[in-house]
Amino acid sequence: MELILAFITAILYAAGLYLMLRRSMVKLLIGLTLLSNGANLLIFLLGRLTRGKPPVIGDDEKYLSGLYADPIPQALILTAIVISFGLTAFAIILLKRVYIVTNTDDLDNLNTTDDI
Amino acid sequence: MTDHLILLPVLLHLFFAIVLIFLWKEPLWKRIVSIVANVVIFAVCIHLFIKTWQEGILTTQAGSWPAPFGITFVSDVFSSVMLLLTSAAGLAVSVFSSVGVSEARIKYGYYPILHFLLMGLSGAFLTGDIFNLYVWFEIIIISSFVLLTLGGRQKQIGGGIKYVALNLLASVIFLTAIAILYGLTGSLNLAHLSLKVAEVQNRGLLNVAAILFFIGFGIKSAVFPLYFWLPSSYHTPPSAIAAVFGGLLTKVGVYALLRVFTLIFVPDAFLLNTFAIVAIATLLTGAFGALIMRDIRRMFSYLIVCHIGYLISGLALFTEVALTGMLFYLIHDIMVKTNLFLATGVIYKIKGTIKFFESGGLYADYPRISLLIAIVLFSLVGIPPLSGFWPKIYLIQESLSQQSFVLLAAILVASFFTLYVVAKMWAVVFWRDQPAAYNFENTFNDLSRLKKSMLVGPVIFLAIITLYVGFGAENIFKVSRHIAGELLNTAPYVKAVLGPDFPTP
Repeated sequence: MELILAFITAILYAAGLYLMLRRSMVKLLIGLTLLSNGANLLIFLLGRLTRGKPPVIGDDEKYLSGLYADPIPQALILTAIVISFGLTAFAIILLKRVYIVTNTDDLDNLNTTDDI
Repeated sequence: MTDHLILLPVLLHLFFAIVLIFLWKEPLWKRIVSIVANVVIFAVCIHLFIKTWQEGILTTQAGSWPAPFGITFVSDVFSSVMLLLTSAAGLAVSVFSSVGVSEARIKYGYYPILHFLLMGLSGAFLTGDIFNLYVWFEIIIISSFVLLTLGGRQKQIGGGIKYVALNLLASVIFLTAIAILYGLTGSLNLAHLSLKVAEVQNRGLLNVAAILFFIGFGIKSAVFPLYFWLPSSYHTPPSAIAAVFGGLLTKVGVYALLRVFTLIFVPDAFLLNTFAIVAIATLLTGAFGALIMRDIRRMFSYLIVCHIGYLISGLALFTEVALTGMLFYLIHDIMVKTNLFLATGVIYKIKGTIKFFESGGLYADYPRISLLIAIVLFSLVGIPPLSGFWPKIYLIQESLSQQSFVLLAAILVASFFTLYVVAKMWAVVFWRDQPAAYNFENTFNDLSRLKKSMLVGPVIFLAIITLYVGFGAENIFKVSRHIAGELLNTAPYVKAVLGPDFPTP
């Protein structure tokens, strides 16, 4: 399971970076989304995968014993998902605005702010 | 010592931002509430600074969950100084924008977003938890996205797209670094991490995390070669917004770098070399960039990049004297850069343009305002005894005694180039006669006396602080040395956060 997740994470990062390096704005956006999904998976993976051991204290126990799944990575991922949802929503609107104003999807045509 | 007061700057900004949302249709009240809010928060931050200075490190645990399980907020002298500077800059910008920002922008939520941005900055300076720092960074960047693109002119959104893309990438890299660090140590609390990191066996992966932190924060603080988003976006929004960005946004990246590379990772020789190379390249590219710009704000944007190099060079030398100089420079830089962009706003109001070849004759028409701006420019260049001079002495002295001669050369070259571009700007914009071919409308003269003082007042306020930093240098030096000591000896910080009974190895 770890191996599969590790490969998926690697593919997400690689695909995200590749898409970010393209000139199309839409691909840039998709690349960013893939990257942030990759980061979320990485947190999940590095928090150790523990199956069938929820961090719940049973009725007959006083504290958690033995191996149990760490709940913190899931809380972190949840936070990160919500944040990246908001940021992606903003980025989509911004890109749409850019497209309406400049009528182009090519990032090379948006270099007007770099003219001296 | 536990003190819930330290959350007050964050909570007050949140409270006033919400109040401002309810005042959506009342532009006049929005201005008044925002200025009052910033005055109150400035007073709170002064109080917090004095208290931290006298009583030592203050902490509070969110929800009373003891560290390292809950989120900790810490106010040491470093945090409280940064908060104080943020609130001073916030106050100046708030007063300035009541006249300097267009009615339409104020109508569409300029003030609430400004307060959310300041809230994010205050939170980032106070937090003692690495994931919480990430969350504050996200609050900062989403507010800054909105401020940058508010108004939606073509130039703005063109600059905005680079800013957005690079900052989102920086966030992902930062998050990746946190993931690796959590996987290695199982903790997120900065103080706890500083204990845990020493026990990690897998040093290779730890160094990868350190480099990822450096890249993530490096994008945010605009170091070479990751600074290109800054000069292509900072000149697009109105001056008041550019002032907050130029003064504070890049510095929060430097703050995070300092925290991470003193508390969690202690830089080894490789990292110090990397910092030194990056610092040299940042100083030189920033200076050369400023040299070819023919627009006041673009030139200042490159000077921001250039002067981030000074800060990184302090981190590269990593001795107490170098860190003292760096922190002194940080204090000076926040005030001066905010003020420069506000002053540019005043120039724009007067001349109707900030392009070099279109403007001139400012000194003949407005000698007093020109002299005021001259104080700011002299401080920026570092004419003794003004504020930019003292920290450079420390940096130069320390790079001499550490025998980092290339770094020394870069510091001197960048300093001379700063002098040169500022002198060039002064000669063109202030002393030269106004070119007859370009005559733009002067929107400054038609303003009422009150509005004029609302524009010039913040510049005077920040200039007075800058003068104090220059003439009261021994006090600032005392504060910087205290912070440098705090950063190098982290034991009191760790103890204050985790409590005296926490088992330390």
